[in-house]
Amino acid sequence: MTAAFTLSGIAKRYPHFTLQDVSLQLPEGQIMGLVGVNGAGKTTLLRLLTGLVRADAGAVEVLGQCMPEGQVAAKREIGFASEDMRLYRGQSLHWHMELIRRIYPGWDAAYAAELVRRFDLRPQQIVAGFSHGQRVKALLLLCLARRPRLLLLDEPTTGLDPVARLEVLEALADVLRDERRSVLFSSHNTQDIEQLADSISFLHQGRLLASADKEAFLDRWRRVVCQGAGMNGVAAWPEIASARANGSLFELKVRHWEADLPARLNAAGLAVQRVDPMALEDIFVTTVRAGEPA
Amino acid sequence: MHSMPVTTPLFLSTSDARPMYQQIVDQITAKVMAADWLPGHALPSIRELAASSRVSVITVKRAYEDLERAGVIETRHGKGSVVAERTELPRALLEEELGRHLAALLACAARLGLAHTELHRLLDQAAARDAQSRPPINPSEGPLP
Repeated sequence: MTAAFTLSGIAKRYPHFTLQDVSLQLPEGQIMGLVGVNGAGKTTLLRLLTGLVRADAGAVEVLGQCMPEGQVAAKREIGFASEDMRLYRGQSLHWHMELIRRIYPGWDAAYAAELVRRFDLRPQQIVAGFSHGQRVKALLLLCLARRPRLLLLDEPTTGLDPVARLEVLEALADVLRDERRSVLFSSHNTQDIEQLADSISFLHQGRLLASADKEAFLDRWRRVVCQGAGMNGVAAWPEIASARANGSLFELKVRHWEADLPARLNAAGLAVQRVDPMALEDIFVTTVRAGEPA
Repeated sequence: MHSMPVTTPLFLSTSDARPMYQQIVDQITAKVMAADWLPGHALPSIRELAASSRVSVITVKRAYEDLERAGVIETRHGKGSVVAERTELPRALLEEELGRHLAALLACAARLGLAHTELHRLLDQAAARDAQSRPPINPSEGPLP
């Protein structure tokens, strides 16, 4: 397996924030979703991968290059888009497209034109007059049309209206057709990640709480509603991430579902009434609240 | 131009209670049962279907694995997947679905504290009601409008 990037034992300390013990790998051809609340360290992690920031400890390898030393070589094949990137306000989108085309030989003019149409942008319009959504889409267009092998997208759908969000997700799905291209995108919209990502990583307070293949993740977690006289220590079982009681009703969030759980709950005096899969958002919040690895 | 959708997307929805891979399994099975796709028909590649339906590659991969286990499709190494030649497949899938309903029925009856004989009686009653309300299967035997 070729890795798009490998982070091993990363630490990065800032005065009020520390990213630590982060080891993470993205196989080539996959999309990884990075989930975390504001301040969890998502942007720091992305910046380490672009080589904009140097880790205090550990190793960063991106597309076969050690970072930040290999930054120049890797840069041609990395596309990074983040909200704090600025366009030249007095220039048009067309001007920006020409600028990027001259810098990056991989620029695909036909794809750029298609994205202009799909994103409903006007190339001759001056950027200063763009709405927030148009600016985000313009930045993504400039990034996507280079067809970089690794796309690093910091919150690509945040602040977009539902139509623009869909347009961006559709453009991201295009990348799936090429098995050599990989994407890491962060979001606090877990729905976006749930749909498109092959693997999911949870970051919280500078630590990696979980990282797994999405289907395995969703398969493992269940919400169980049961009824009985009391919890009888069930809440302390290792697979129970959260337990709530309301009279004789109990709601359990299970981090490691096994088929024999209903029988074991039954033996503990709890009759199972419903077993439902959990949405990624619920899994994330439960993991963060439980404060331990998922 | 390989960025243009070349495969008609499946209709997947996040508000559907079934997981994404299950929606893919059900829709492909429905297409095979309806003969939209005949035996031997080549399925889109996993990446192609993922891109056109805007779901992750791993989700489509899992759906294809389930379809293969159920015998709906066959995968030839390096050649992609085709609709299986066997024709009794939908039956096996329906039996599987019935099995799930039966398990749910038994769980519900257990909660009500119903004996199995009582459950049999309720099932017979429901079947009798269903027979009365159901329109005749062959329209030519039905009453004239």
